[in-house]
Amino acid sequence: MNRIYMDNAATTAISAEALNAMLPCFGQVFGNASSIHSTGRDARKKLEEARRTVAGLLGAKPNEIYFTSGGTESDNWAIKGAAFANRHKGNHIITSQIEHHAVLHTCQWLEKQGFEVTCLPVDEYGLVNPEDVEKAITDKTILISIMAANNEIGTVEPIAEIGKIAKEHKVLFHCDAVQAVGAIHVNVNDWNVDMLSLSAHKFHGPKGVGALYIRTGCKVEQFMHGGAQERGRRATTENLPGIVGLAAAMEKAVNGMEENAVRTMYLRDKLIDGLLKTIPHTRLNGHPMKRLPGNVNISVRFIEGEALLLRLDLAGIAGSSGSACTSGSLDPSHVLLAIGLPHEIAHGSLRLSLSDNNTEEEVDEVLKVLPEIVTSLRNMSPLYEQFLQEEK
Amino acid sequence: MYSEKVMDHFSNPRNVGEIENADGVGLVGNAKCGDIMKMYLKVEDGVIVDVKFKTFGCGAAIATSSMATEMVKGKTLKEALQLTNKAVAEALDGLPPVKMHCSLLAEEAIHAAVEDYMKNHPEAVI
Repeated sequence: MNRIYMDNAATTAISAEALNAMLPCFGQVFGNASSIHSTGRDARKKLEEARRTVAGLLGAKPNEIYFTSGGTESDNWAIKGAAFANRHKGNHIITSQIEHHAVLHTCQWLEKQGFEVTCLPVDEYGLVNPEDVEKAITDKTILISIMAANNEIGTVEPIAEIGKIAKEHKVLFHCDAVQAVGAIHVNVNDWNVDMLSLSAHKFHGPKGVGALYIRTGCKVEQFMHGGAQERGRRATTENLPGIVGLAAAMEKAVNGMEENAVRTMYLRDKLIDGLLKTIPHTRLNGHPMKRLPGNVNISVRFIEGEALLLRLDLAGIAGSSGSACTSGSLDPSHVLLAIGLPHEIAHGSLRLSLSDNNTEEEVDEVLKVLPEIVTSLRNMSPLYEQFLQEEK
Repeated sequence: MYSEKVMDHFSNPRNVGEIENADGVGLVGNAKCGDIMKMYLKVEDGVIVDVKFKTFGCGAAIATSSMATEMVKGKTLKEALQLTNKAVAEALDGLPPVKMHCSLLAEEAIHAAVEDYMKNHPEAVI
């Protein structure tokens, strides 16, 4: 059975370019980039080349790029590091209700350390209102952290507008751009961000590696203590294969973005329109226009998300859901609740996330298979039975 | 994460549907938590001659409903009342710890259906 992979917001397949760039680092370029000898210098050369590539793609300077173990570390470092480094100025942090847990749980932990956090609500599409950000700023505000695009519902946030506000009020601005890099235009200057998180495996790079952009002059505490790597700000021997893979993947993703986005958006819209048309009692979650090129998120009423995912998997289709059963708790996704979905509708959510690897044939196959699965699950749903009786 | 038996009962659930003029109906769970089970019983001389279910819920909820119906079909009401969630989970070769509440729901649904039967048939003795 041919497998159809539509869970690219979770992770992506590694690109040939990234893999080929990495392979020498598992062989002859094995050196420690901090070593003085030529084996070490070979590694250093690749490391700094990767840093220049990443910086160039973000509109940053190479010495503003710090490699990390991934998006979660970048978010943790940015938020905790900025909070503690600027504690003398204030203790107030602004974020939104739909951030990734790497941001939300970090902010919740900071609350226990004496910081105050304002978690801004979003509208029905998951959009943060820049005016709300401005209104929330007090003389104690030291940091704003808002994501570029939401990982579940794909809504693209008005980052440039928020960045402008942050700059005017001289508040540090961190942006979790994990879902955005390689999918939409990302530029640290256009956005006025002071810190930006990214993760390689979301754009066909390897897992376990990411980067944090820290603008020159932005005060951030050191996160990992030890050696003098990353200009003394992030200790530990650099993950050279990962870093080289990240840079190669990012180069391909960002340079091919415009062409890929057109194609992926066509597939996305065909999938969304097809599903909403063929399956009654479904709704699109997230913004209809301001959304990531590859994100499809629908709620299918009267059925539960995990059952839907398992049935899809049996048919060879990989997706994900924000249902409680897949979140590992009794509550469905915090993002779906934040956009105002009642629990029972949030439980029936399905996310299909596309990349440039997906084809129109795959979309057609999903459009054929998914309605049949929904019918079968609805036929055994007491909620559907109740709905039909009430309709009579 | 699921056993083969769970996947079997999930992909080919037994006894799905409704029974018209059922002798007992049990409805447990709520949509907010993501699980609702409805069990229908047909009873003759204190024996469950037919049982059907409808479930809104995850893979484990559907599989435990299916297994529970198999376990009580042909059994006396008394035996059905003795059905435990542990027995249902064991019959499925185990459930992940976070899914044990699904088996509890299956037990409760069967018990609720038997109790409904008892309410409708106060003369019945078990």
